[in-house]
Amino acid sequence: MPMPAAEIERLIKQGIPDAKVTIEDLRGDGDHYAARVESTAFKGKSRVQQHQLVYRALGGRMGGELHALQLTTAAPE
Amino acid sequence: MSEPAVFNRIREEIAENPVTVFMKGSPIFPQCGFSAAVVGVLTHMNVKFKGIDVLSDQDIREGIKAFSNWPTIPQLYVKGEFVGGCDIVREMYQSGELQKLLKDKGVPFAEP
Repeated sequence: MPMPAAEIERLIKQGIPDAKVTIEDLRGDGDHYAARVESTAFKGKSRVQQHQLVYRALGGRMGGELHALQLTTAAPE
Repeated sequence: MSEPAVFNRIREEIAENPVTVFMKGSPIFPQCGFSAAVVGVLTHMNVKFKGIDVLSDQDIREGIKAFSNWPTIPQLYVKGEFVGGCDIVREMYQSGELQKLLKDKGVPFAEP
């Protein structure tokens, strides 16, 4: 089921307040997104842990409602 | 709370196989683009791996998500350790981190 990009961004920011989120709708179908998330919360964490924080913010939608979200995470330099 | 019985099966698989991919479909016929991408990276690097088709086993399909606290398939394990899903594998390959990880873990690979 499609999910608007703004909703994805809202959920991520709700879970990770200082997150800088950029979302691209890869096919313009509201179903295949690429998100880049930058946050100080990622400092010192492995990529797996960083993605887990984003998934937790998305509250179980990843893999369900949100089928295809390419994720890139980074801590600010 | 006791853990699901399938966790032991997962532990056995990732202990037995130095490189394991939990995926949709088989390495020859992946049933999903993300699974195909991970298979593609490993094949490109000539890494020997075992693909476990979660579509043919509902217990594993749900169990692996809980086991690794990771909501999506595919999932790559190297020497018993969860490495990541499709995005992380691709990113690590491009940055050379995957090559380093395999080398550090003593897993043979050959880049063309």
